[in-house]
Amino acid sequence: MGIVSPGFKGRGRSERDKLPPGQYLVTDFPVLSAGPTPRVDTDSWKFSITTEAGRAHSWDWAQFRALPSEEIHVDLHCVTKWSKLRTTWRGVSLDTLLAQAETSAEYALAHCYGGYTTNLPVADLLDGQAWVAFEYGGQPLAAEHGGPARLLVPHLYLWKSAKWVRRIDLRAKDEPGFWESLGYHNYGDPWREQRYWGD
Amino acid sequence: MARAAVLGRLTWQVGTVAEIRAETATAHTIVIDLPGWPGHAAGQHVDVRLTADDGYSVQRSYSIASAPGPDRLELTVQRLEDGEVSPYLTDTLKPGYPLELRGPIGGWFVWDPAEPGPVLLVAGGSGVVPLMSMIRARAAAGSAAPFRLVYSVRSPETVLYAAGLEQLSQVAGGFQMSYVYTRSGPPGAKVRIGRLNPVVLSAAGWTSAAAPAVFICGPTGFVEAAANLLVKAGHDPGVIKTERFGPSGG
Repeated sequence: MGIVSPGFKGRGRSERDKLPPGQYLVTDFPVLSAGPTPRVDTDSWKFSITTEAGRAHSWDWAQFRALPSEEIHVDLHCVTKWSKLRTTWRGVSLDTLLAQAETSAEYALAHCYGGYTTNLPVADLLDGQAWVAFEYGGQPLAAEHGGPARLLVPHLYLWKSAKWVRRIDLRAKDEPGFWESLGYHNYGDPWREQRYWGD
Repeated sequence: MARAAVLGRLTWQVGTVAEIRAETATAHTIVIDLPGWPGHAAGQHVDVRLTADDGYSVQRSYSIASAPGPDRLELTVQRLEDGEVSPYLTDTLKPGYPLELRGPIGGWFVWDPAEPGPVLLVAGGSGVVPLMSMIRARAAAGSAAPFRLVYSVRSPETVLYAAGLEQLSQVAGGFQMSYVYTRSGPPGAKVRIGRLNPVVLSAAGWTSAAAPAVFICGPTGFVEAAANLLVKAGHDPGVIKTERFGPSGG
């Protein structure tokens, strides 16, 4: 524990047990992005997965939406300290998207419209832990929240859930993404408070 | 997107409040002595941690307002009515109190005084804080980089650093600023009241032909609107850096 701050009482400790360390609860849905919001039309939208051998699997919007999707109920944890509980999404599981990929790669690097990147272990994309989500709260995903589709990997800090995702490269070697190169933790587990390098 | 500064390991440090200055009725600047503080890059923030005597603790991020320098830094905190942390920092905290923080954090939303090119700063409300650090860094470094600040405020009473900005725009050649008043302007002055729009932005800031580096900071709606206006006006999305805070800070 840190030093006591003289005169600091704080607030309700009621839902603290549902929150990772250092997080606080919000009811709205803050937006955090490093640059302008890209406008991506579903007519030109494409999503692809590239294996370490260079083989690409790609979907246009109609093909992507024809895949089986599921409703997702998850808590969100942003490295800027806010957490939002019990959010509802719809998306396609990465288990489905990766089913065709012939790969033994251990690492993934997600690329986005607008140039953003983030890296994750492939193991964190499998077994019902990750989706490409296209609805939030029963509505098409808004552009500022990553629409038309974003990665959703809720067990890691939200910067790993790349907005406007367009490609996932499967790689034999790990490569830090955008925030991971700028001082933020390579893995980003909120329950271990892995916010920054060295955490 | 280009890569910027890198950070080392960040550990919690305990500083001492040296001084507190009222900037407006609801925003205070907290001057913190922190021996061993390495300095920061203009635009970076710190995490502040408060701990109650039962061990309950909370963290929030605050932008650094001062020019980079060792052993001392300044944060400007806007009090949020329903906030948990900001009312403590603006109302309870006193000179001499300890304050725990770690940083500097963020290697993207930063301006380097070695960069000579033009810079457009667009601030909404207390989003001016990290931009003020850039303006102060420019003055402190004797940089000749042309700077323009477009600062959107509700009314003159909500302007942070009014006197300091006025002074810097007088003495530091190459720094120009203009206010956008969304609710009310200075008494007796004939100024436009309304939100940022393409005409105001291009008149007050650089056009895309000047190819400025752009830093936008403010509430989400403001940042979205300003970034969209600049992209539509032909600015390269790749040189527009944004920092957004929602209404749910604290």
